[in-house]
Amino acid sequence: MLSIKNIVKQYANHLALDDVSIEIEQGSIFGLLGPNGAGKTSLIRIINQITAPDSGEIRINGEKLNPSHISQIGYLPEERGLYKKMEIGDQMLYLAQLKGMSKSEATKKIKYWFEKMEMQSWWKKKVEDLSKGMQQKVQFVATIVHDPKLIILDEPFSGFDPVNAEIITREILELNQKGATIIFSTHRMESVEQLCDNIALIHKSRKILDGKVKNIKNSYRNNTFKIDYFSDNGVIESYPGLFEVLNEKTLEEGKQVTVKIADDKNTNDVLQYLLPKVRITQVNEVIPSINDIFIQNVTALN
Amino acid sequence: MNKTLLIIQREYFSRVKKKSFLLMTFLVPTLFIAMYAVVIFIFIKGDDKVKEFRVLDESGVFVNKLQDKKNVDFKYINGSYSDAKKDLIASEGDFLLYIPKNYEGKNQIEIVSEKKPGLNIVGDVQDQMENVLQNKRLLEAGIDTSIINQAKAKVIIQAKQITEDGEKDASVGATFVVGFVAAFLIYISLFIYGTQVMRGVIEEKTTRIIEVIVSSVKPFQLMLGKILGIGMVGLTQFLLWIILSAGLATIAGTIMMNSDSSKAKIEQMKNNPDQNLQQPDARTSAFLNFSKAADTVDFPYIIGTFLFYFLGGYLIYSALFAAVGSAVDNETETQQFMLPITLPLIFTFIIGMNFIVNNPDSSLSFWLSMIPFTSPIAMMIRVPFGVPVWQLLLSMALLIGGFIFTTWVAARIYRVGILMYGKKTSYKEIAKWFMYKE
Repeated sequence: MLSIKNIVKQYANHLALDDVSIEIEQGSIFGLLGPNGAGKTSLIRIINQITAPDSGEIRINGEKLNPSHISQIGYLPEERGLYKKMEIGDQMLYLAQLKGMSKSEATKKIKYWFEKMEMQSWWKKKVEDLSKGMQQKVQFVATIVHDPKLIILDEPFSGFDPVNAEIITREILELNQKGATIIFSTHRMESVEQLCDNIALIHKSRKILDGKVKNIKNSYRNNTFKIDYFSDNGVIESYPGLFEVLNEKTLEEGKQVTVKIADDKNTNDVLQYLLPKVRITQVNEVIPSINDIFIQNVTALN
Repeated sequence: MNKTLLIIQREYFSRVKKKSFLLMTFLVPTLFIAMYAVVIFIFIKGDDKVKEFRVLDESGVFVNKLQDKKNVDFKYINGSYSDAKKDLIASEGDFLLYIPKNYEGKNQIEIVSEKKPGLNIVGDVQDQMENVLQNKRLLEAGIDTSIINQAKAKVIIQAKQITEDGEKDASVGATFVVGFVAAFLIYISLFIYGTQVMRGVIEEKTTRIIEVIVSSVKPFQLMLGKILGIGMVGLTQFLLWIILSAGLATIAGTIMMNSDSSKAKIEQMKNNPDQNLQQPDARTSAFLNFSKAADTVDFPYIIGTFLFYFLGGYLIYSALFAAVGSAVDNETETQQFMLPITLPLIFTFIIGMNFIVNNPDSSLSFWLSMIPFTSPIAMMIRVPFGVPVWQLLLSMALLIGGFIFTTWVAARIYRVGILMYGKKTSYKEIAKWFMYKE
């Protein structure tokens, strides 16, 4: 769907994007991750044709990015904004028409969405009369009203209360099921894990990691487990050649250790060794979160 | 192009629908007409209050020689100077004119009053006294009174302008007024509508809607749409003002003409100019000249050039205002960039009011009316005096060229500026933006 190749963007005295290439599959939910100032917004602006890259190219469905693609992209910027004094309905119509819709078509679509999001009574209201959460809803509708094939959401959940965040999440998933490709840009890694199939990590203008969330996580598993137990007969201590205790702590009931199992051994070997000694209540694999992976990568680079 | 049209529409209607627009549309011509009415009223009514002059003439030369005027009454008294002064204060009289015996010396004749006498009144009395004295001396020299009366000449210059259509009255006063009003309107409206463009840009930037919009249209389209939309608001406002003023003026004129006293006066003046010559009444003749002069001004031509220069000047300056708006985060930061934009306007306006009106054909006036940044004001002052066609066309062509140039420059700054937040911008920074490639 979207193929980003060797994009370089240089601003006056800093390099915003350094040879970034990303492939985004049709129908996927893609997470574009990175700390503030990494270059996410620069990349999004290039995809939206707000700015042009110094070199590299972007293709949508094999076609080089051009102004005709504007109507196929919906963009929710991180910094939300609407005309404060303009009526919501008029504003929606204006924005939809700028995306290339006809007036009648836009009216129909807006009415559909207003009904769906329970906003019918807002048509004649002005933005300044709405609460922040309501404005966010309006802006979300403005982003998707023209049925874009590619939806780019920059920090979509900032400013939403949990109830509205839930509604928006549902709508995003529904749009995705109907075939829209979605790009999430965020520095809040937790939200990504539940939603995204694929991610790319951008740090200091470079892509440092990308791929399927599952694969990335798997590749960062390192045979570490958490074991909860009751220490009636003794405590778990490192056993060289089998496992190493990384961390110990006392729970409300019993104790917990984090152990790293030797590469040629597995949980069964460890359990066999431990069962006669202690009463085990729970064993969990420690799977690194995207956040951990991110921090690990970033600190490694620094 | 279609999208630019959409933007123009939004900019136009969102402003025209505002209550403040309606208010301005009706308020300004009403105020204008009210002012006009007050001026006419004063012309006709004059100063009603009659000032009493007590004349204490120790020389006896002027007794019963000074003529009462509409608002000046002369009363001749006797007695001592100090008594008369005391009396003036006690009886709250207006003026005491004291002429001592040896009045011919310097600073001998005095006008005493509690309030300061108006310059007109003093001048008037002075003129009359000179006249009386002159007559007296001529008589003493043995010249007949009838010869004196015949010899009195009054010169009134009638300015006529030769054009291809023949002669026409050229009223310098009216030309001056029309030029002044047109230049002033352009000066003010360039500021008003230019600032509106700037505010619009800042609004889009601070509400951050800009990012949504430039993901749909090119920054240049947005800027152009905004400029043209607001320009049309300005044109609409002017057209409404012209129509309303003309309508109101006609109505007011009819009412004024119907009021008996003024009608009679004006009719009398028009039918009997000789009488006017012999008894010049400064106020009424000024009004007559005013209404006569208004007839000599070619309004369609003036309004046509006015609209062109308003539009041209507006396009030049609003592009610059848009660039300034794009470079800042809020209105308070605009100060440092406003000065170089407003300076040529203020400069031309001041030069125009003091120099161009007096020397409309000088080379400074010529150059100021050619340079696109100054021509909208400078040319509008010159136009009522008559400008050669080639100069007008050259100036217009330069103005169009100027606006294409400033729009190009402004657009290059604008496209970068609108996406820059939170940084304090310097001229150096703006120059850098200008150099960025697409």
